[in-house]
Amino acid sequence: MTSRLSAITLNTFREAVRDRVLYNLILFVLLLVASAPLFGQISIGLERLILVNVGLSSISLFGVIIAILIGIGLVSKEIEKKTLYTILSRPVRRWEFIFGKYCGLLLTLIVNTVFMAMGLYLALLITAHSLTRADVLLLGAIYCIVLQFMIMVALTLFFSSFSTPIFSAIFAFSLFVIGTFGEDLKNFAAMSHGPTKWLASAAAYLVPNFASLNVIARVAHEQPVNGSLIGFNTLYALLYSAAVTAAAVLVFERRNLK
Amino acid sequence: MNSNRKVTWIAATLLVVLFAASVFSRRQVERVRGNEATLEDVLYLPSGKTIKRLSLGYSSLLANVYWTRAVQYFGSRHIKHAQRYDLLYPLLDITTDLDPKLIVAYEYGAVFLSQQPPEGAGQPDKAVSLVEKGIRENPGYWRLYFTLGFVHYMDRNDPKAAQIAFEKGSEIPGALPWMKVMAARMAERSKDINTSMALWQGIYETTYDNTVKDTAQRHLVSLQADRDITELQRRVDSYRARTGRLPTSWADLINAGLLPGIPITPFKDPYVLKDNGKVDVQDGSKYPYLGEWRNNIEKPF
Repeated sequence: MTSRLSAITLNTFREAVRDRVLYNLILFVLLLVASAPLFGQISIGLERLILVNVGLSSISLFGVIIAILIGIGLVSKEIEKKTLYTILSRPVRRWEFIFGKYCGLLLTLIVNTVFMAMGLYLALLITAHSLTRADVLLLGAIYCIVLQFMIMVALTLFFSSFSTPIFSAIFAFSLFVIGTFGEDLKNFAAMSHGPTKWLASAAAYLVPNFASLNVIARVAHEQPVNGSLIGFNTLYALLYSAAVTAAAVLVFERRNLK
Repeated sequence: MNSNRKVTWIAATLLVVLFAASVFSRRQVERVRGNEATLEDVLYLPSGKTIKRLSLGYSSLLANVYWTRAVQYFGSRHIKHAQRYDLLYPLLDITTDLDPKLIVAYEYGAVFLSQQPPEGAGQPDKAVSLVEKGIRENPGYWRLYFTLGFVHYMDRNDPKAAQIAFEKGSEIPGALPWMKVMAARMAERSKDINTSMALWQGIYETTYDNTVKDTAQRHLVSLQADRDITELQRRVDSYRARTGRLPTSWADLINAGLLPGIPITPFKDPYVLKDNGKVDVQDGSKYPYLGEWRNNIEKPF
C-alpha cells in the first residue's frame, strides 16, 4: 500500500512540476518579492514591513491559486486522458488514488513554499544586509500558510472528485474567500438570535477557518506567534483536511466511472 | 460486506468523526486566539488608505465589512459593560478611509466613541476627529455638524465649539431650522438641562438605529426626572420655609397650594417624597443618568 501511495504521490508531484502554469506563478511571486524593496523606498520607515507583507501575502495567495489551478484537474484530467482507467485497473484502490493525489499536490506546494520563502529571505538579506531574530518569526507565518494549503488542497480535490474543473475552481476559491472572513461569520452568529444564530453558527463551523491561519500582520510587526495557537492550528488543519479528504474518498468511491 | 462498501463506510465514519473533532479543535483555536483576534489585526495595519489600494476596487465592500466589525466590536463590549474600547477608533478610521461617504460610520461611530464607559469608549476627542473627517469628505451633509456640536457640548463640555459647529451646519442648504436654535442656545450659556434635552430629543428623532434611540430615550427620561425633581425640591423647600417643618406627603404641598396634584414621573408612577424631605423616583434603575445634570446646573434655563 505504501509503495502504491508513494508512486501516486511522486507522479502527481512530477506532473505538477512539469506544468508551465506553476513556473509562471513562481516567477511572478519572485518578481513581486524582488520588487518589494522598491515599494519600500517610496515610503518612510516601512521597507521591511512592506517587504514582509508583500512577500508572505504573495506566498499565501499564489500558493492558493496554484493549489486551485492544479487541484481542479487532478481527477478530471485523469478521466479525460483515460489514464485513470489504467491506474485503477492495477491493484490501486480509489481511496489510495485520492489520498496519493492529495499528498502529491501538498508536496508540490510545500516545495514551492520553500523556494518562495528562500526568495523572501534573500530579499530581506539584500534589503537589511543581515537577518535578525525577528526574521525567524516569519517561519511561524510560513508554517501557518502551509497549513492553509493543506486545507485548500483537500477542498479542491473534493470538488474535483465530482465537478468540472471550472466549477471546482469557483467553489474552491469561494470557500477560500468565505473562510478568510470565517470569524466575521462566527461573530455574526454570536450577535444573532433564534434560527439565524444556529444557521450562522453551523455555516461558520462548516466553512474552513482561514482567519486563524493568517498571522502575517502579527509577524510583520515582529510579534511572536503563540506556540499553543500553532499547535491547535496544526490540529485543526489536520482534522479539517482529513475530514474533507474523507468526503472526497466517499464521493469518488461511489462515482460511476464507466 | 464487499471491499467498496467497507471503504465507503469507513470514509463516512471518518468524515463525521474528523469533522466533529475539527469543530472541537477550532473552538480551541478560538479560545487561544480570543474573540477579538481578527479585529486586533487593525492595530498592525499601516492605514486604511493602504488597505484601500490593496482592495482592488472593492473598497466599498470592504468598508461594509469593517463597519460591521466595528458595530459587532462595540456591541460585544457594550453588553459586557466594558471600560475600554481600544479597537473602536482604528476600526472606524479604516472603515471611513475605505469609504469616505459612509455617513453612518461617522454619525454612529461618533456616538459610540464619545460617551463615557461603559456606554461608550469615552474618547470624545477621537469622536471629533472622526466627524471632522466626515465633514471634510461630505461637506454638504449638515447632520454631521449636528453630531459634531453634540459631541462638543455633551462630552467635551465646550459650548463655544458646539456653537460654531451648529452655526456652520445651519448655513448648509437643507439644514433644519433647529440647528440655528441650537447655535443660539450654545452661544447663550454653557450646559443646562433644557439644552441637553433638546439635543437628545434631536438625536431621538433623527436616528434610525434602535440602540442609539434607546440610549437617547434613557437620557431623556433621566433628564425629565432631573428637571422635575429640581422643581419639586424647590417647592418642598418653599413649604419648609413657609411652615417651619417638612411636608409628610404630597397632600401637604397640594393643600398649601404649592402643587396642582400628585407629581408623576415619565414612567407614569408618582415621585417619592422621603422622610428627610428629599424627592426621588421609585425605581432608580429606570433612570441610569439621574442626577448627572442636576448636580451641574448653574442657573435654570
